[in-house]
Amino acid sequence: MTTEREPAPSIPAPSSVAPAVAAATDPASGSAAPSPIRDYLSKRGSGRIADNSFAALMLLCACSIFAIVAFIFWILVVRSHLSLVQFGWKFFSRAAWDPVSGDFGALPFIYGTLATSFLALLMAVPLALGVAVFVTELCPKPLRAPISFLTELLAAIPSVVYGLWGVFVLVPLMRNVIGPFLSKTLGWTGFFEGPNFGVGMLTAGIILAIMILPIISSLTRDIMLAVPNSQREGVLALGATRWEMIRVGVLRNSRIGIVGAVMLGLGRALGETMAVTMVIGNHPNISKSLFAPANTLASVIAGEFTEATGDLYLSALIEIGLALFLVTIIVNAIARLMVWAVTRGAPVGAA
Amino acid sequence: MRFHTARRAATNHFISGLAILATVIVLVPLAAILFYLIYKGASSLNLAFFTHIPAPVGESGGGMANSILGSGVILVLASVMGIPVGIAAGVYLAEFGRGRMLANAVRFTADVLNGVPSIVMGIAIYSLVVMPQKHFSALAGGIVLAIMMVPTVTRTTEEMLFTVPHAVREAALGLGVPKWRTVLSVSLRTASPGIITGCMLAFARVAGETAPLLFTAFGNQFWSLKLNEPIAALPLQIFVYAISPYDEWHRLAWAGSLVLIAMIMVSVTLVRIYANRGVLKGGS
Repeated sequence: MTTEREPAPSIPAPSSVAPAVAAATDPASGSAAPSPIRDYLSKRGSGRIADNSFAALMLLCACSIFAIVAFIFWILVVRSHLSLVQFGWKFFSRAAWDPVSGDFGALPFIYGTLATSFLALLMAVPLALGVAVFVTELCPKPLRAPISFLTELLAAIPSVVYGLWGVFVLVPLMRNVIGPFLSKTLGWTGFFEGPNFGVGMLTAGIILAIMILPIISSLTRDIMLAVPNSQREGVLALGATRWEMIRVGVLRNSRIGIVGAVMLGLGRALGETMAVTMVIGNHPNISKSLFAPANTLASVIAGEFTEATGDLYLSALIEIGLALFLVTIIVNAIARLMVWAVTRGAPVGAA
Repeated sequence: MRFHTARRAATNHFISGLAILATVIVLVPLAAILFYLIYKGASSLNLAFFTHIPAPVGESGGGMANSILGSGVILVLASVMGIPVGIAAGVYLAEFGRGRMLANAVRFTADVLNGVPSIVMGIAIYSLVVMPQKHFSALAGGIVLAIMMVPTVTRTTEEMLFTVPHAVREAALGLGVPKWRTVLSVSLRTASPGIITGCMLAFARVAGETAPLLFTAFGNQFWSLKLNEPIAALPLQIFVYAISPYDEWHRLAWAGSLVLIAMIMVSVTLVRIYANRGVLKGGS
């Protein structure tokens, strides 16, 4: 700005006015005498253009994240158009899945997804809370980091390796040991009857539980660490035992964040693909027995996508993908807001 | 009164016991998985594994050399596309967009995108890239993984830039350095250990991805380095071998998993150590 306001040397100005004008427009310069620094800066000149284009480039890259989400949504809607038109909303309430006659409905997969995710949460949430409580409140300081690190290692193991382990270790274990035990002791409930092949909803639920545990426990840990120490000291000073302090001082304050963490785990469980595909048995059926083979939204896509013959079949699978996309986005959005509300800025390492 | 106190103390011990028990139970599957990987994988590792391509059904031997190479190609493609975009978006969030609605929206969208299942990404890129071209390709695989890397890289870059003290930026700006140079050679350079950590974590996360590659890179039993043709990838090959009925292939699946895990674990561990040493001290 200063360079534009500078009086051009060709205009003869009264010597008493010139410094006053310069001082008024640019108090920092103080004098109209040509300064080498200002001269240099004014000739360099490109700073503002470079700055603006740099900022615009960064903004463009930031907006590409919106573009990615919008593109995924758009392309899934376009490619599932056939199935959307053919079946409408009923797609999600029909149990038929018959590629030969072109009859598709997503209900068995919705059921499989919900059942396995629910099982996973049932097993993972108490354990994850236990780990978080242990790490933040009970365990000696030197053990904190190693235990956190070890549980987070579980998150670094790829899905396909969980699947491999599931196929060769967990499935035989379920078939020969855990399954028979459950059907003998809890068979009367109806959840553990019928033939037990080792593969099925229960096995998938166990694998999912192991996979989502580190997400829930590390987020819960961060949320509990965000509770100020003065609050713990206050509750202890009133004569509470350690558990009462944890319950009243810590858990009660972080419950919104914990629910958020559990929902993030749920989001992961809903979309987990490879490990589930490998141990769930891949059969579109709805059964009360947890031993029964089933299929989830994600596993049916993984299992049948490359074999899908015919446009309607492909389109139905993409519509399942669209449903999965929307559901996980909603679950994650709600969960993120809840976690943010507690920690003010979500921890990055949790992903 | 004394009974009441005793009961409270007992509850306290009981819950503490439960928390310890939970931690032990959680560490059991980790130990079991690592044990089986080493026990089954190490005995199957040999030189042929790293130098040969898969043997035809019925023949023994063979390796996963093409898969390791293919994974490398896809990951390099993904990093080249994903990391710069991710870092740039992170720079916008930290340096230009602080406090703006748009920046908050970007941050939120990045976190939500992070939770979108990888298989959904896979079918989206299948529809966008593979379907019009009518063939699977290494490039499509790279694009999927790049998209999955962006949100993680963005968020770590932002967090790391946030730890750079304002005085450092002000010093550079006060010397007349333009903003873009300040960001590149002062902010980014100061935060670089943390940003590298974030990139490595994103890299490690997508290195084991299988589901999106099923419909994009597709896999290949032979040597292939062409970007517009199907390409082998280690996780894909593990999947194919694991669900096959042949013992010889199961053996290779375990060995492949061990190699994959070793690569991921080593990079994550190194990065953690590096980060704990460099960033935290440098940032304070």
